[in-house]
Amino acid sequence: MDDALSLKQKNTKIVKILVVVVIGMFGFGYALVPLYDVLCDLTGLNGKAKSLAAEEVPYKVDMTREINLELITSLNESTPMEFRAETKQLKVHPGEYYTVYFYGENMTDKLLNAQAIPSFTPSIAAKYFHKVVCFCLDQQIFKPKESKRMAMRFAVKPDFPKDLKTITLSYTFFDNTKAAVQN
Amino acid sequence: MSAVVAEHDEHHEHEHDDHDHGPEKGWLRWIITTNHKDIGTLYLWFALVMFFVGGAMALIIRAELFQPGLSFVEPQFFNSMTTMHALVMIFGAVMPAFVGLANWMIPMMIGAPDMALPRMNNMSFWMLVAGILLLSSTLFMEGGAPAAGWTMYPPLVLQTGKALPFAIFSVHLLGISSIMGAINIIATIFNMRAPGMTLMRMPMFVWTWVITAFLLIAVMPVFAGAVTMLLTDKFFETSFFDAAGGGDPVLYQHIFWFFGHPEVYILILPTFGIASTIIPVFSRKPLFGYSSMVYFTASIAFLSFIVWAHHMFTVGMPLAGELYFMYSTMIIAVPTAGKVFNWTATMWKGAMTFETPMLFSISFVVLFTVGGFTGLMMAIAPSDLQYHDTYFIVAHFHYVLVPSAIFMIMAGGYYWLPKWTGNRYNEKIGQLHFWLSAISVNILFFPQHFLGLAGMPRRIPDYAVQFTDWNMISSIGGFIFGFSQLLFLYIVVDTIRGGTGEKATNEVWDGALQYGGGGTQGLEWTLPSPPPYHTFAKPPVIVPTEYQH
Repeated sequence: MDDALSLKQKNTKIVKILVVVVIGMFGFGYALVPLYDVLCDLTGLNGKAKSLAAEEVPYKVDMTREINLELITSLNESTPMEFRAETKQLKVHPGEYYTVYFYGENMTDKLLNAQAIPSFTPSIAAKYFHKVVCFCLDQQIFKPKESKRMAMRFAVKPDFPKDLKTITLSYTFFDNTKAAVQN
Repeated sequence: MSAVVAEHDEHHEHEHDDHDHGPEKGWLRWIITTNHKDIGTLYLWFALVMFFVGGAMALIIRAELFQPGLSFVEPQFFNSMTTMHALVMIFGAVMPAFVGLANWMIPMMIGAPDMALPRMNNMSFWMLVAGILLLSSTLFMEGGAPAAGWTMYPPLVLQTGKALPFAIFSVHLLGISSIMGAINIIATIFNMRAPGMTLMRMPMFVWTWVITAFLLIAVMPVFAGAVTMLLTDKFFETSFFDAAGGGDPVLYQHIFWFFGHPEVYILILPTFGIASTIIPVFSRKPLFGYSSMVYFTASIAFLSFIVWAHHMFTVGMPLAGELYFMYSTMIIAVPTAGKVFNWTATMWKGAMTFETPMLFSISFVVLFTVGGFTGLMMAIAPSDLQYHDTYFIVAHFHYVLVPSAIFMIMAGGYYWLPKWTGNRYNEKIGQLHFWLSAISVNILFFPQHFLGLAGMPRRIPDYAVQFTDWNMISSIGGFIFGFSQLLFLYIVVDTIRGGTGEKATNEVWDGALQYGGGGTQGLEWTLPSPPPYHTFAKPPVIVPTEYQH
């Protein structure tokens, strides 16, 4: 069949096919974004936590195990805040609910919109961390010089892998004021 | 023994007019040319100039690292140098050099009169020039040239000054240029082979290039997408990689290396092709395992798509991910080792001679294997945590780029220069260039393994004093290597101007006709040296050589 086509037609045909592939691959690059999120959700990859509050369901508390939970805080770039965990470390039993508090203060005399982003190490722990209340689920609006006591209520699910003894949960506050003003 | 009968009729009765006249007169020839040989020459000269520009940047880096403390440049400028050195060498030197060789050789190797899309060919060259000029202009911008590394990881890269959008647009231009080049090469190879030049008779250089072209088409658009996301994150309030808006900077690394790993094979596959072309000629033996070479190349290309996260063992992947990427990476060693075996087996009991192209090829086989082994060491996820982002990785990828890709480009230069110019180059100076390069490249890069294992991080302008000795040795090697390359420039210019005065025969190298092709004779060696401006206006008659089945 190809013999019937002139060289020019054959070239045009192959260029068309390849251009479609190029456009397709450009789209594929973008498709990787939602694909990555789905993959993270399924596997708990990268320690990304769900950004919605969960219902407080009663779990069977496993008193035989004790997990070491470390809470660390940091600020992105030059976010003008004071931010620390009131409890830096605690022992938790899987299945039991705990409430911990964080202290945040706006160091400027301007309105501050800030968003806290959690990250788990080991990343697999994100899947087993059941958050009922968290200051990280919404943007925190600080009035000039305002300070806040922010709560996080959670339980570690009882099916948390037995070989893991420590969870490190880090919160980073990002200054979102600019974006918030534009919206 | 059968022969290829090239038809050298001076008078083609029903040919188009433009098959008969020679090149345009004057300098305009080089701007508007659509001739594959002219464009090949343009690409090769451009690559050589960029090789010296990128090399000068490397010498700034090595001068600064000669001793601890800040000696010559500011840290910000130092980081610009590491970033720009990489971008210039990858996109300005190595890739254009391969495209230049492809332009010159592929039509002559498959018996085609020119590339399939000559005008697009011209356009892709000039877009490359535009892209590199745009990239170079960032050196003079407020905030300096990009300094976050050639991988351009966010959030660091988003702190680049005025240069960021220019760097991103230059990546777009370079990407479009190489995509057009790749489309052209695929169209040429698929549609313009002389009758009888079946796929499994193509020279290995053509085979490796067609596979490289598919890699380019598959991954360059992904890279363009990734940098576009950086652009919109910075200027249009999207949050692909911004954690505050729900994005993830690690996502960039996944997208980047989905491009980046095939990209490093784009830099090495044509290298394999040149080696598979030169080694048989100087061993006077057919390439050992031709068809296995084709399948090895194809499987390396396929595997390159599924191993990308071995560049990211330290980002905090789940154990299953680390294991998967570790094992899949190690599998690549199998086809690669097969290729090294085949090259060695080609040389085995061959009637070898050691002219400059062969010297470079043999050192390629040895030093590429060194680079391959260090690659295997880093494929081991648990120990990679130790080497990650140290000078060990710097040593590794320079072994697979400098004494591999660059050496084979130069080997190709020496091998085809008599064909291109019709003159013999000065073999003595050629061999001097080889020995100086091969020795100094090891003085330059071998100590970097030790530095990396001892814990010296990459991309730093200053270092702890215990690293001083090896850095000094490395810098000395760097300067010897850098200045030795001027010999190559001298030889190229000298050969164009007449070389040794001895005119090159059609075959140039004893054995090139018989062993210089794939499953046929080396078609380019049937042509006069230098070849006329238009060749194979009528396709040559192709008869396979006996050793092919």
